[in-house]
Amino acid sequence: MEAQFPEKQRPKFLNLLQIKQPLPAIVSILHRISGVLLFFPGIPLLLYGLQMALQSPESFADLQSNLAHPLGKFFLILASWFFLHHLCAGIRHLALDLDCGLELQSARLSSKLVLAAGLILTVLIGIWLW
Amino acid sequence: MVRPAKRAVTGAHYGLRDWLAQRVTAVLMGLYTGWLVMLVIFHQPTDYEAFRSLFAGQWMKIASFVFFASLCWHAWVGVRNILMDYVHPIAIRLTLQIACIVALFTYLVWFVVILWS
Repeated sequence: MEAQFPEKQRPKFLNLLQIKQPLPAIVSILHRISGVLLFFPGIPLLLYGLQMALQSPESFADLQSNLAHPLGKFFLILASWFFLHHLCAGIRHLALDLDCGLELQSARLSSKLVLAAGLILTVLIGIWLW
Repeated sequence: MVRPAKRAVTGAHYGLRDWLAQRVTAVLMGLYTGWLVMLVIFHQPTDYEAFRSLFAGQWMKIASFVFFASLCWHAWVGVRNILMDYVHPIAIRLTLQIACIVALFTYLVWFVVILWS
């Protein structure tokens, strides 16, 4: 005979905007969001840019002046951050797959490093662009 | 006569393959990106002619194609996982998945046209 367990009345709190997320969770969701944005509008913009750069000297100059515009630079820097964060978080992911850094402390440390590396590299690119 | 079932009854069985594909394509893209960054730092292509010659060699075109094909495969695995996580009505999910495949295939053709024309 099956045992009958009384329904447990445990408190549930699943408001994602109010739960304090641990840093690895923030790195993980940014990995996902940046991935989606790199897919769209990232890939079509990349192709459009490459086409302009390779088509003719005139289109190359058009692309250069578009990217020299402050708005163009802003979006380029934003795109760089998405790319660099996705890259760094991906490298961390590969290390985790190889059983490196699975302990809580090192996982926290590496997620800090990933977040910092993405931002620092983006700032460096921003300085280089400006 | 009862034959032993050779088929497993659960799972779509693309999980491991796609997991591996996502990582292999990631490594390929990482290597290509590092190579491209080094080329750009080394050659400093600031005008059209220098930029065009960067992508003129046949090997560079082939490497770029491998990069972009990897990008499409990688994006497909990622987007499919995200759609499975967040979009539950089958009709909408299937529509989005088909749109994703069509978009990626179009991008791949577009990339080839850009490189080889």
